Amino acid sequence: MREADIVIIGGGPAGMAAAIEASKNGNKNIVLLERDRTLGGILQQCVHNGFGLHLFGEELTGPEYAERFIRQINELDIDVKLDTMVFDISKDKVVTAVNSEDGLIKLKARSIVLSTGCRERTRGALNIPGTRPAGIYTAGTAQRFVNMEGYMPGRKVVILGSGDIGLIMARRMTLEGAEVKMVCELMPYSGGLKRNIVQCLDDYNIPLKLSHTVVEIHGRERLEGVTVAKADEQGRPVDGTYEYVECDTLLLSVGLIPENELIGALPIEMDGTTSGPVVDESAQTSCEGIFACGNSVYVHDLVDYVTLEGYKAGKCAAEYVASLSSGSNAGSDVPVAGVGAKGTTAAEPKDMIRIKSGHGIRSVVPQQVHRECREDVRLFFRVGGIYHNAAFAVDSGDKTLHSVKRRIVTPGEMESIILTADMISKIKGDTVILSMPAGQEKGGEVNE
Amino acid sequence: MTYDVAVIGAGVVGALTARELSKYELRICILEKGADVASGSSKANSAIVHAGYDPLPGTLKARFNVKGNEMFERLSQELEVPFKRIGSLVLAFNEADMEVLQKLYERGAENGVPGLEILRGYEDTARIEPNVSTDVAGALYAPSAAITCPYELTYAAVENAAANRAEIMLETEVAGISYEDDLFKITTSQGDISSRFIVNAAGVFSDNAAAMIGDNSFEIKPRKGEYLLLDKSQGDMARTIVFQTPSTTSKGILVTPTVDGNLLMGPTSTDTSDREDLSTAISELQKVINGALRSVPGINLKQVITSFTGLRATPDTSDFIVSPSPVNKKFIHAAGIESPGLTAAPAIAEYVAGLLKDAGLELVQRKDFNPVRKSIVRFNDASDGKKAELIGGNRQYGRVICRCELVTEAEIVEAIRRPAGARTVDAVKRRTRAGMGRCQGGFCAPRIVEILSRELGVPAESIRKTDGSSMLLTGRTKEAL
Repeated sequence: MREADIVIIGGGPAGMAAAIEASKNGNKNIVLLERDRTLGGILQQCVHNGFGLHLFGEELTGPEYAERFIRQINELDIDVKLDTMVFDISKDKVVTAVNSEDGLIKLKARSIVLSTGCRERTRGALNIPGTRPAGIYTAGTAQRFVNMEGYMPGRKVVILGSGDIGLIMARRMTLEGAEVKMVCELMPYSGGLKRNIVQCLDDYNIPLKLSHTVVEIHGRERLEGVTVAKADEQGRPVDGTYEYVECDTLLLSVGLIPENELIGALPIEMDGTTSGPVVDESAQTSCEGIFACGNSVYVHDLVDYVTLEGYKAGKCAAEYVASLSSGSNAGSDVPVAGVGAKGTTAAEPKDMIRIKSGHGIRSVVPQQVHRECREDVRLFFRVGGIYHNAAFAVDSGDKTLHSVKRRIVTPGEMESIILTADMISKIKGDTVILSMPAGQEKGGEVNE
Repeated sequence: MTYDVAVIGAGVVGALTARELSKYELRICILEKGADVASGSSKANSAIVHAGYDPLPGTLKARFNVKGNEMFERLSQELEVPFKRIGSLVLAFNEADMEVLQKLYERGAENGVPGLEILRGYEDTARIEPNVSTDVAGALYAPSAAITCPYELTYAAVENAAANRAEIMLETEVAGISYEDDLFKITTSQGDISSRFIVNAAGVFSDNAAAMIGDNSFEIKPRKGEYLLLDKSQGDMARTIVFQTPSTTSKGILVTPTVDGNLLMGPTSTDTSDREDLSTAISELQKVINGALRSVPGINLKQVITSFTGLRATPDTSDFIVSPSPVNKKFIHAAGIESPGLTAAPAIAEYVAGLLKDAGLELVQRKDFNPVRKSIVRFNDASDGKKAELIGGNRQYGRVICRCELVTEAEIVEAIRRPAGARTVDAVKRRTRAGMGRCQGGFCAPRIVEILSRELGVPAESIRKTDGSSMLLTGRTKEAL
């Protein structure tokens, strides 16, 4: 069985960044496994621009963004296996995969980086009643057809859900000559980025119908129309608001789900709100030596942050492997206990501080930090509603460690707050809570 | 071209009948209006091989149910179709239900159902079905009940019939039938066909087929049944087929594992006048949910993958119609095959062969009849060693197309190339499970369209989801033009 120091599963932005950074940190026995024909993951089908603003200070298309990393991977001579599907990870870190060239591949890894991305929620998960004709796609599938295969999935389009891919596809389909009739969003606010609503809907006069949903699908062979209705606060359709909209295509952009089925059999602690593994500030899961980054941990809105997380995971994985090989632990699978933020090992629970979501906060990542962490840690979080002039606080017991204000926050945009090394050193208990102090007004228009 | 027998309809009944007839020196054709076999009731039902305590003694339903159940064991081995004898429970929730169970028990005994047992109280029931509701008062246990895959059985029967020289004609809709000089002339959407005998296995359209020869002796009153399918994570919420005690108004909702390890719940029961109405309704799906939770309260509804509707070919005669037409004895009905039709199908097929013989068809055993059909090898189910061997023999096994169900290109290509092979995306899905998993084809649909287009030698724009003009794509993008 071939041995590898670091096996990275998934060659999208997270996995590519992890491979690059692990290599730059001195590890030369890395294998990057990708199931598609090229590296880059979903970036390859995102031909619109807007990628890399934070990281490179310029707006790149998805393929351009991916290309910068692919080039580095080639320069660093990292072992990449394309068209390769991983289907098992054992508890002793044996990764099993297949491809046409090598057949069945078994890799004994010292460390694993999970960068498997996410998938789209489907019609079945929404349980929209009606018929089952052709013409119903997730927005991402439609995007692949249009941008990579050169085919149009339809001509008259209704989009359900205002996630970013749905918004992007509203513009893309319009530019290809299709008529996008509306974007329906069940919630009273959009799930996508503000800039996408402006650039993809407003600029093309595509109506965004908030608090609206699709209640029935019509048509036997190909989609012929959908029934749209206003939704009340519980998301139930309101009588008397039903409207038939003729269309041959329904695109669904109703949420993304981290893909973690591969680790289902491993004793990795999962976070029920993100659907991803619980990670610490070094991107390590509760399984020692297994790191996770990108959309498989939680769904991001900007790829730049996915890349940064991938860097971190790659660096920490390399440090972890180095720690295994150094000193008294050379060649041993028994790690040094609790070395902390330098990312070497999974600590005992008592050496960890839990970061919990309090009032107004939907989820926060990382979910734990080492008590000995000597670096600043950026906490990423999402809120549960729209708030104006929102205040956020990180509390340890009855002490507030840090607080910040934001002019406006929405569930569609990821927020962050930095916990400095100094603040972390002052935490006494085993839990801190990130929350919005009570009494803040929810609601209102995003466009003010 | 003159056939000895033309079978109208390639559902499970037509397919098994054709396969039965292919044991003899006959020229057989199967006429199917859909783009795939098993495209009517056979693709959307409860997938259950019933024990046989339900039908009234003396009916064809009772007779063929018990016989069919017995035949399944060997049939599933010959055709390599999944079959699991997991047993069934009919749950009682009160004393009145228990009395009904006693009647079902007696009826079952009269029908010749083996091993029936009445369980009393929650404890005894939970020993067989741990996740059952604590409200249960008892259950009728039928160990001979089983699950199978109805469309896989249909594919297998058609493939085996084809291997034994039967001809299958897809997208061949029968438009009219005339009879002269001892021959039926069948007008179809693909031209005329002559046949000495006809088997009417046209499912929900079987009364229409009968009417083509002036036989109006029965009418099909289609009945809709809606189902919910859940992820494999819920598959072990039921170990047996869990029914509820039937009442005068409802047969209740069943909960069952599928042979693939998913959990299936349903069906509802509503009359419809529309023979192609496969729509679902929120109120009906809610009934399924309520009913299922009554039996097994712990089901996680967040794990619903999809919902679907099946149509039952319910006849107005209250029993199966398996007999020569009163108008022409060479026109044999295998009609009105509602539940327990899947179970009964093998027995019906055998019986129909006998009816044809009685009507003058000479049945001479074919010496080279091969009863064995091999299923498509499932890469996902193969051991690591077997996986390596498969890829060694055919590199297309190394290309995983469907990520959720680990389906390879080799399996998809084989599904397309087999007799009566897949022409549509749904046909590929049912044969290989590609697109049946968590992402419901989100990732693999474009790849499957590409493979279908390549294998069939047609443009991608002409690839359909199912029948008719259910094209997935409407044209090229501006850049690609």
